[in-house]
Amino acid sequence: MPKNDKQDGYYKEDILKVGFDLEEKNRSGSYLQIDHSVLAEKSNLEDIEILNTVDALKKYDWLKDYWWKAVSPDKDEYTKEVDINQNYGYFIHVKPGAKVEFPIQSCLFVSKESTHQNVHNIIIVEEGAEVHVITGCSALHGVNNAFHIGVSEMYIKKGAKLTFTMIHLWGPEIFVRPRTGVIIEENGIYISNYICMNPVKDLQMSPVTYCGKNATALYQTVLYASEDSKMDVGSVIYLNGENSKTEVVSRTVARDDSEATVRGTIIGKNKKIKGHLECRGLMLSDNAIIHAIPELRAETADADLSHEAAVGKISEEEIEYLMSRGLNKEEAASVIVRGFLNIDIKDLPKQLEEEIQKKIDISMAGI
Amino acid sequence: MVIKLKYSLEIRNLAVDVDGQHVLKDVNLMIEKGETHVLLGPNGSGKTTLLLSILGLSRYKVVRGEIIFKGRNIVDLPTDERVKMGIGIAFQNPPIIRGISLNTMLNVCMGKKTTEITDDAVKLAKELNFSEDFLTRDVNYGFSGGEIKRSEIMQLIAQQPDFIMFDEPDSGVDIENMELIGKIIGKLLERDLIPSRRKKMGLIITHLATILDYINADRAHVMLKGKIACSGYPKEILDGIRKNGYEKCIRTCQEQ
Ligand SMILES: Nc1ncnc2c1ncn2[C@@H]1O[C@H](COP(=O)(O)OP(=O)(O)OP(=O)(O)O)[C@@H](O)[C@H]1O
Ligand SMILES: [Mg+2]
Repeated sequence: MPKNDKQDGYYKEDILKVGFDLEEKNRSGSYLQIDHSVLAEKSNLEDIEILNTVDALKKYDWLKDYWWKAVSPDKDEYTKEVDINQNYGYFIHVKPGAKVEFPIQSCLFVSKESTHQNVHNIIIVEEGAEVHVITGCSALHGVNNAFHIGVSEMYIKKGAKLTFTMIHLWGPEIFVRPRTGVIIEENGIYISNYICMNPVKDLQMSPVTYCGKNATALYQTVLYASEDSKMDVGSVIYLNGENSKTEVVSRTVARDDSEATVRGTIIGKNKKIKGHLECRGLMLSDNAIIHAIPELRAETADADLSHEAAVGKISEEEIEYLMSRGLNKEEAASVIVRGFLNIDIKDLPKQLEEEIQKKIDISMAGI
Repeated sequence: MVIKLKYSLEIRNLAVDVDGQHVLKDVNLMIEKGETHVLLGPNGSGKTTLLLSILGLSRYKVVRGEIIFKGRNIVDLPTDERVKMGIGIAFQNPPIIRGISLNTMLNVCMGKKTTEITDDAVKLAKELNFSEDFLTRDVNYGFSGGEIKRSEIMQLIAQQPDFIMFDEPDSGVDIENMELIGKIIGKLLERDLIPSRRKKMGLIITHLATILDYINADRAHVMLKGKIACSGYPKEILDGIRKNGYEKCIRTCQEQ
């Protein structure tokens, strides 16, 4: 880990909040990038390699076969910008059969005014391997007018499993465009957890997942839109392989003048595919907007696709139930919102969990 | 000078509207320290309305009268403050809250600010014939009728109120669980103590008499069309209703 006290001083607190542990307790490896500088790229296990993608491309010729293969550089103006003007990003390679016990942590941090941070990340989980990557993206408190564009390509080989937990903690003046593509081979499993609790100026992303035969993709998303935040978050899942399945669950809370668009698209293309979208929204303000757009597309007769979407306010009956057990109105509302946002994430760092709880407590005051 | 507040529940001339409907007309009721009363009456007569008015839920608008608990008129207090004064209830139809486990409810009842499963909760689950796994389920979600009753009572044990209301704790409960529930309610209301030692007060709505085999209540009231039409010894009133039905029982009762 970098031993620079001055740097530690200013970013430590912010990156702790996104789950990055400088002490590296219970972590299998770390990648830390601040603006355009790589501060840590280190693995604690032989079975894992962690590098920045610029060096990785130089080191491994074969990496070309994965470069821009899950995401097209021509997708939009943001991917084009990353293609032309890339500022590192992480390369995580997990060797075949490795069952990695502790998560790998990564943090992409923006510290300077008007920064454009354009990263290109690659994760490759080889056959039969299992790993959890926790990545936190954050900005120094008070930074204005910054851009974060993150291209992520993930390759999950036969029978491999990747759990990818992403925490976004930006700021009210940050513009964010992640572009993600995930390719899951036969019997592979991809579990995505995405949490965005803090205000952000403008966030739009819609990771695309391609499922092979017997592959599984699970998405859990928690959005807490407040102030003037604009969030547009979705996931697109192609069930290309026979017997592939997916479940997409999202919980969205919108308050103040925020706007949250929550999308989900499942495209079923092969026999015995199964997919379900669950999208629930909780409105805490008359000025906020939640727009839920679940979409299903079957291209085979042997499809089992379904969705449920519900948007509403906190039910008075639920509040009064908790009040009749001794909580006041505010406490009751915050317990309900906490329960609403409570999705089960394995190995979530304690620090992070506390941060989420704290965030809810603070933001519920005065509702 | 120290004013000794009366440890009792007294309802005077209570009239309550629900969504613009006059449901309770003129209810008078007095429950003294250590007493447990039974509330009988046909469907739709206003029993649940009375309990939820005592609890102070927002839909129940008191248009007249007083509810005096421990010497204080509580009609203007929000529910949570009434609960903090020592009022508790087992609901007839509690809502499902997704994302909130039964365990979280127990912690709320015990005033614990944690979501973890405590030893106390495990003990309670055992006492109510629940597995530990049951504690992690979303409260009331997919609970069977009998499980709802036991879950409500479990929360009350965790809460330990001084005045406890039960809205049909015995309906939909099988024989074995009836005995369990009967005994636990009896204990909650200190019916196992000699009368002079009892402090807790209770009000139980029931359509069945079985529960009274376990809780020898002090008094019974029959509610009819938003009024308490008659009161008396539980056994006599129950026998009267069984033999002659509500209407006739009330007529004879009022003639006396
Ligand atoms: N929102 C409402 N609008 C109009 N009338 C209502 C409303 N809620 C309750 N009532 C009426 O108030 C009356 C009393 O209802 P309450 O639930 O108190 O009856 P109850 O004695 O508990 O009956 P049961 O034995 O069936 O539980 C009923 O006629 C009911 O229809
Ligand atoms: Mg009722």
